[in-house]
Amino acid sequence: MLTQRYEAPTTVADAVRLMQADPQATPLAGGTDLLVQYRVGLRRPSAFVDLKRIPGLVGITLDEVGMRLGAATSAAEVCEHGEARRLWPGLVEAVGLLGSTQIQGRGSVGGNLCNGSPAADTTCPLIVNRARAVIAGPQGERTVDVDGFTTGPHKTVLAPGEVLVALWVPRPAAGTGDAYLRLIPRSEMDIAAAGAAVSVTLDKGGTCTAARVAIAAVAPTALLVPAAAEALIGTKLDDAALVRAGEAASAAARSIGDKRGTAAYRRTVVGVLTRRAASIAAARARASH
Amino acid sequence: MSTIHVRTTVNGEPTEFLCEPAETLLDALRNRLGLTGTKEGCGTGDCGSCSVLLEGRLVPSCLVLAAEAIDREVLTVEGVAVGDALHPVQQAFLEQAALQCGICTPGLVVAAKSLLDRNTNPTEQEVRFWLAGNLCRCTGYDKIVRAVMDAAEVMRNETSEVRA
Repeated sequence: MLTQRYEAPTTVADAVRLMQADPQATPLAGGTDLLVQYRVGLRRPSAFVDLKRIPGLVGITLDEVGMRLGAATSAAEVCEHGEARRLWPGLVEAVGLLGSTQIQGRGSVGGNLCNGSPAADTTCPLIVNRARAVIAGPQGERTVDVDGFTTGPHKTVLAPGEVLVALWVPRPAAGTGDAYLRLIPRSEMDIAAAGAAVSVTLDKGGTCTAARVAIAAVAPTALLVPAAAEALIGTKLDDAALVRAGEAASAAARSIGDKRGTAAYRRTVVGVLTRRAASIAAARARASH
Repeated sequence: MSTIHVRTTVNGEPTEFLCEPAETLLDALRNRLGLTGTKEGCGTGDCGSCSVLLEGRLVPSCLVLAAEAIDREVLTVEGVAVGDALHPVQQAFLEQAALQCGICTPGLVVAAKSLLDRNTNPTEQEVRFWLAGNLCRCTGYDKIVRAVMDAAEVMRNETSEVRA
């Protein structure tokens, strides 16, 4: 059956009411996943609830504490935000990897997260930057870590009636740098066979005091790898430490084999990407001091 | 099924049409408004042939619902020329013979215009990256890239003439 209704609420409360009244309705952000899934018959929601007319769902605000990224803000708008790029270069570069210029004009970071692909490029950079997901629902608003937001391929913590309204990213501590790298089977515009995001914080002496490592496309969800972070913390991020972090990422991978690469290949590559991303994040952290 | 009354602006003209809830902007442009310059290629956002500007932003009209255009501004390839005066991108495509079968051309013209609206001095690499979502199976892209570089030069000269 074709989708019967298009709704364009102008408040979060109205969007929640629409979602609660009709469990078969689906929120529409940029539509670059949803409308493709609709076209090929994978999804037949009863209604599209367009979130883009709700103030705060589109746009970026930065204050002294962090960045609030409206869930339906287009990737292009994120990439044009100079201050966001300066503070979180790895995150913004990952946003820039989402598809073509046309897809960038529509697709959003919130949509990338809610689509729940294990290969989503922006989820790991959000996780290493300690991002939080702001969710509105029938009981009001709740906030959860982006780490854990996806619970399996195309599954999330969103309950019926709930809508992701924003992502919140805390300002990085002094001496922090982030990076995201992925491997795709061709040179541009493809889905990651493996990805790795790293955030490191260095003290003035160059010793790593905090680190986060998350890996993509090698498990049913984006995976935070504490063992890889521990390999970095307390070191000067010398080559030996980077190699150990890469080995820990490979050990944590629970990859499957498919047309983008065998399980063994992905496991190896995710270690290499982790090592290289850590090296870039370290250089950025040093430059920020 | 509820039919939706869309009031929008297409190529600068206030426009109204009726559409179905799940109808794409691409289908509405072609079938409701007769604006058949915008082409359907893949229908899944991969090929760029349906590119239009929505609120000045380059988007694949196959992945936009027609109802999303309510109170928004849409620019299609039909709105790129001003009267009989071709846009520098269109003129350059003619001069460089930057097309063969032509299906990808409207999307490329709109995409190239949107790049040059932002930056009239792109590098060849920037042009190639910007247009990477516009697939052409005929030309091999070389003439297209040359045409866009030529159009950029024309637009830079026009700007400097205005300043002079």
